[in-house]
Amino acid sequence: MAYTAQDFKKGQPRWCPGCGDHFFLASLHKAMAEIGVEPWNTAVISGIGCSSRLPHYMATYGMNTIHGRAAAIATGCKVANPNLTVWQVSGDGDGLAIGGNHFIHANRRNINLNMILLNNRIYGLTKGQYSPTSPRGFVSKSSPYGTVEDPFRPAELCFGARGHFFARAVATDAPGTVEILKAAYNHKGAAVCEILQNCVIFNNGTHDAVYSKEGRAKNAIYVQHGKPLIFGENNEFGLMQEGFGLKVVKIGENGITEKDILVHDAHCEDNTLQLKLALMGNGDGFPVALGVIRDVDAPTYDDCVTAQIEEVKTQKKYHNFAELLETNDIWEVK
Amino acid sequence: MAEKLEMKELAEVAVRFSGDSGDGMQLAGNIFSTVSATVGNSISTFPDYPADIRAPQGSLTGVSGFQVHIGAEMVYTPGDKCDVLVAMNAAALKTQYKFAKPGAAIIIDTDAFGAADLKKAAFATEDYLGEMGIDPDRVIACPITQMVKDCLADSGMDVKAMLKCRNMFALGLVCWLFDRDLNIAFNFLKEKFAKKPGVAEANIKVIQAGYDYGHNTHSSVANVYRIETKNKVPGRYMDITGNKATAYGFIAAAEKAGLKLYLGSYPITPATDVLHELSKHKSLGVTTVQCEDEIAGCASAVGASFAGALGVTSTSGPGICLKSEAMNLAVIMELPLVVLDVQRGGPATGLPTKSEQTDLLQALFGRNGESPMPVIAATSPTDCFDAAYSAAKMALEHMTPVILMTDAYVANGSAAFKLPNLAEYPAINPPYVPEELKGSWAPYLRNPETGVRYWAVPGREGFQHILGGLEKDNKTGAISTDPENHNLMTHLRQEKIDKIQVPDLEVLGDKDDADLLIVGFGGTYGHLHAAMDELRAQGKKVALAHFKYINPLPKNTAEVLKKYPKVVVAEQNMGQLAGWLRMKVDNFVPEQFNQVKGQPFAVAELVEAFNAIINK
Repeated sequence: MAYTAQDFKKGQPRWCPGCGDHFFLASLHKAMAEIGVEPWNTAVISGIGCSSRLPHYMATYGMNTIHGRAAAIATGCKVANPNLTVWQVSGDGDGLAIGGNHFIHANRRNINLNMILLNNRIYGLTKGQYSPTSPRGFVSKSSPYGTVEDPFRPAELCFGARGHFFARAVATDAPGTVEILKAAYNHKGAAVCEILQNCVIFNNGTHDAVYSKEGRAKNAIYVQHGKPLIFGENNEFGLMQEGFGLKVVKIGENGITEKDILVHDAHCEDNTLQLKLALMGNGDGFPVALGVIRDVDAPTYDDCVTAQIEEVKTQKKYHNFAELLETNDIWEVK
Repeated sequence: MAEKLEMKELAEVAVRFSGDSGDGMQLAGNIFSTVSATVGNSISTFPDYPADIRAPQGSLTGVSGFQVHIGAEMVYTPGDKCDVLVAMNAAALKTQYKFAKPGAAIIIDTDAFGAADLKKAAFATEDYLGEMGIDPDRVIACPITQMVKDCLADSGMDVKAMLKCRNMFALGLVCWLFDRDLNIAFNFLKEKFAKKPGVAEANIKVIQAGYDYGHNTHSSVANVYRIETKNKVPGRYMDITGNKATAYGFIAAAEKAGLKLYLGSYPITPATDVLHELSKHKSLGVTTVQCEDEIAGCASAVGASFAGALGVTSTSGPGICLKSEAMNLAVIMELPLVVLDVQRGGPATGLPTKSEQTDLLQALFGRNGESPMPVIAATSPTDCFDAAYSAAKMALEHMTPVILMTDAYVANGSAAFKLPNLAEYPAINPPYVPEELKGSWAPYLRNPETGVRYWAVPGREGFQHILGGLEKDNKTGAISTDPENHNLMTHLRQEKIDKIQVPDLEVLGDKDDADLLIVGFGGTYGHLHAAMDELRAQGKKVALAHFKYINPLPKNTAEVLKKYPKVVVAEQNMGQLAGWLRMKVDNFVPEQFNQVKGQPFAVAELVEAFNAIINK
């Protein structure tokens, strides 16, 4: 049966007008319809925070749980019932601060979850404190003189935890978001999707450079597996390797042709260059990488758990409680 | 000498096997208890192991003990002190002698009392018996190491392998002392080492040698003892620890309910054996996830329950602190969950390998908000099976998290377990939402009688819904901050727990005319029962009411507590059960006996304290 976005919609979102969550939600509805898994075989599990309200606007099964624990709860849900398609939704505070431990371990174990990280670099629901993705020096209510700590870069954390999938989209870019969500679904294993989004109230403009279509044309690069890493309003720029790093080059200058441009390999087991792509930021004169940056096959935890159970079933001779009892040293009192 | 042998009948006896952690004392103790249980004696065992993983050989900190209590009639505890102490080396004698009764027989391996051994055990002189004040006439001093080497000289085994059989020589001696049938031990070993017949044969040979040594020389011990069996309950039995029984209870309940069993856990003493046990049984479909932390253990179990499994998480007190937020999530989402708390000494890291009952109020109240959760406390190693089964049944049928409390003593102690027949256990019927409610169902629609909401498991078409930690509207299930609705939901959650039916509180002993009612809960049952028996043997009128169901309390609680002129609440904490009962029963002011030593109660101390209350 073919679904439309409407089949996954429920209720009226209560986020602030202009909040990035609205854009993302619409893309998620659309992506789910295109993916085509039945709403009753889909579970959306969030933690706490503005973005974690999201399950309430889904016509699927779902839970809006407790702060930081979405990945752990989703883990139990998926392992106990691998037939479900499980989406885990967290903000940057929920996923990387209070829930950082569960984020890294879900990636390390490679649970087959679609892990959405809605990154607005601020705590919105508690009204404006810096988050673990706020840049050093960020001024907020809890850092009136600027923070004195460095932020997490989500891709780095994902890769450090041996993550096999990382993709990025801007909330306002519906086609780009739908594309990575579908890629995350198609990837078997933990699939992290970082969504760059604005908080109109407490961190307005944080992703300004890439938030508009025009901005993205200048300041972002859409990476695609097997395609050269070219960007710019007229596709005039490209990325090349230089030493241990990357550099931006202009095609046609200094004898550089499109053939010299680095070709994206999302399936490369070694994540070195993928990490370099993921860490590019406008501040350094690089474009922000959007799209599927890493997508490498690996055995998933939930598949392995199921396979191990099936294997042990064939090896062991006891398959119910009564038979289990008989495996013990038993004596009889007459 | 054998013809002078006198057979003396005993009602009960406690034997303590002690030696280095690697000396196989637990195996010797297990075989002795099995041999005794097979002839129908009642048994209770308790291991006392060091906190260090591998302390240096022969050192004082490396001694482990295993106490076996056997009786002609029911024994309820492993015994305060032992009648026979087996000390396989000098350090064992030094550290374990304090557990021997005055006049107890002491069996030692004299080959392990050399100068170096004595030095490691901090003896000042070679007269170790004199230093300890032990009467040599009570000592069966035997060169066990040498005898074992001689016995196995022709076996072709290397010395290291031979020395692993020393425990069996001691076991043979003890079997002689108590006139045990060696064939039962032989059969046990043949089965245990079915794949290594050489090992079985060597062990059997050494047991026989130990038995013969006792029989032929019978040293300085005047008597051989018999423990006859009374009140035999025919049936098939196995030895089981509390932790294993708990794991079995969960397996049995999941099977009965037709659900997958999911355990989310993080290793913690003394609960880890439940994780170990359940991890073995993948052929039963049991899923265990060793999580990144205690929080994830509980959170993932909540996720598993949401997905339609029996979600369980196992831990000890420090883990409960970390799990409490996710437990609360299960309270407000009204999902089944069993939280196992194998209590240990606290606060903080406290005494990880020792036993207390200090988590009761944490279990009842240790969460934010009005957060009622049923609490069940297992009363003995074998009762852990029934308690775990009941906890799972209650969680699944009442859509609530349930706390199952055991403690280090019950968890590590063992007793003979009559194999349960699952067909005789009550059915477990989770309140799945009826198909005809499709279209009109909302998550907090309740069965009007029980107050329990219906369970719609993901995968069912037409019942999609969102649960969560935010308060929900009673009718629609949508987020609600309406004051009246919150008040109503708070009451509904409480009433649902209050309506759970639990068995009446049973009164044992002089239930009609006791002068003193002893009250306890959970793992102290054996000690309190033994104390009651002792007091009644002294001619006192005493009864025991022991709580297994703590929230909700049995309906007859107030009636029982108010029936007797004197009541003492005895617990291994500062009075947590007493406080809970005082909160629930008007004008109830009991005497209290509180001890927080990390050790099981000593029956003798209980008897003394209760006598003082009777005589007051």
